[in-house]
Amino acid sequence: MTFEKVAQIIADYKDIDAASIKPESTFAELGVDSLDTVELIMSFEDTFGGTIEMSPDLKTVADIVALIDAQQA
Amino acid sequence: MKIIGSGSALPKQVVTNDDLCKILDTSDEWIVTHTGISSRRILKDETVYELGALAAKRALEEANADAESVDLMICSNVISDYVTPAPGCFIAGALGYTGQTLDINGACTGFLKALDAADSAIRAGKARRVLIIAAEQPSALCDWTDRSSCILFGDGAGAVLLEDSGEGECLSTVLRTEFNAEFLNVEMPANNNPFSERKGEGRWLQMNGQEVYRFAVSSCVSDLNEAAQKAGVALESVDWFLLHQANQRILNAARTRLHLPKEKFPGNIAACGNTSSACIPLLIDEMRKDGRLRDGQTIALSAFGAGLTHGAAVLRL
Repeated sequence: MTFEKVAQIIADYKDIDAASIKPESTFAELGVDSLDTVELIMSFEDTFGGTIEMSPDLKTVADIVALIDAQQA
Repeated sequence: MKIIGSGSALPKQVVTNDDLCKILDTSDEWIVTHTGISSRRILKDETVYELGALAAKRALEEANADAESVDLMICSNVISDYVTPAPGCFIAGALGYTGQTLDINGACTGFLKALDAADSAIRAGKARRVLIIAAEQPSALCDWTDRSSCILFGDGAGAVLLEDSGEGECLSTVLRTEFNAEFLNVEMPANNNPFSERKGEGRWLQMNGQEVYRFAVSSCVSDLNEAAQKAGVALESVDWFLLHQANQRILNAARTRLHLPKEKFPGNIAACGNTSSACIPLLIDEMRKDGRLRDGQTIALSAFGAGLTHGAAVLRL
C-alpha cells in the first residue's frame, strides 16, 4: 500500500518509528524542513516512478499519498 | 595538463552567523543545520580584482613563474565593480600581464568551464601555460534583508596555473546547459533609454531553494557517473570528490546517492560559504598545500549553478 511505503521512507529518512506517522501528519510535525521535503520527494520518485511537482499544497503525508496514487492510476 | 601552482585569497572581514543575526531574523543553529555554514568572508574595502590578483600571484609564486610566461588567462566571475572592463583585464593590469584574457560568467559552474577551455587550448597547442582565476563576490548579488539567500554566500578567489607538462591529465569533462531563468536569477535594472520599452528596477538574487536543491543533487550524481564513465575510471577508485560548495546538504545527498564514503568529500563551506566558482579552486589550493592532493591521484570535480548549468570533470594529478 502506498501509505505504508511512504511512511517507511519518511521513517527511515528521519530515523523515527513508522508507526508514529499518520496520514494526517504534517511535514512540519514530523520535523521535515523544506530541503527534507525535496529529498523525500526524490525518494518517492525513485520508488514509485514519475515526477512529483513540489507545491505548497503538499502539507500532509496523505497529500503525498494521494498524488502518488493519482499518478499510478 | 598539470597543476603546477595554486593560490587562494579571502577577504579579511569574517562575518559569522551571529553577526548575521544582528541584521536578520535567523539563528546560528538554523544556518548551520540547514546549510553547514558557520562563517563567511565578505569584501569590505578590498575589491574582487585585488582578491583575484592576489590568488593569481600566489599561484605564480608557487610555480616560480612570471606572469609573462602565461599564454592564456581565464577569469571566472559573475559580478564585480565594473561591467566593463572585464575582471580579467583588471587582474591582468595588477599582474603586469598583457597576453590573452578570456572572461567567463559561468556562475557556479565557471571554474569547470574554464578548466575545459584551458584543457582545449593546451591540447590544441595554442597555449602551454594557462592561468585560471575564479574571483567571486556573490555578496554583491544579494538582498541583505532577504535571509533566504544572503546567508549562503561568501566572497573569495582561487587560482590554478596549468601547464602542458608532466603526467597530469584532464581525463574527461561533462558540461551541460538546461535553460531556466525562473529558479535562479539576478535581473538588471533598465536604464533611462527613451527608445526602449524595457523597464524595471531589476531584482537581487532570486532563488527557489527547493528546485535548485533538486537540480543540484540530481545533476551532480548524473554528471559524476558520466564523467567517470567517459574517463574510464570507476567512481570507487577516485581519491577525492571536490564538489561545488553550495550547501552541505546537497553534498551529503549526492554522496549518499553515489554510495561513496564521506572521507572522500572534503569541503570549505563551513568557513567560506558558497563562493560561487571560486569554491573548487579554493579547495584545490587548500588540499595541495596541506598535502591531501598529490601527484598521481585521481580526483573528480562537480559543479552546478545558474543557467542552469552543470558539469563534472575527472583529473589525474
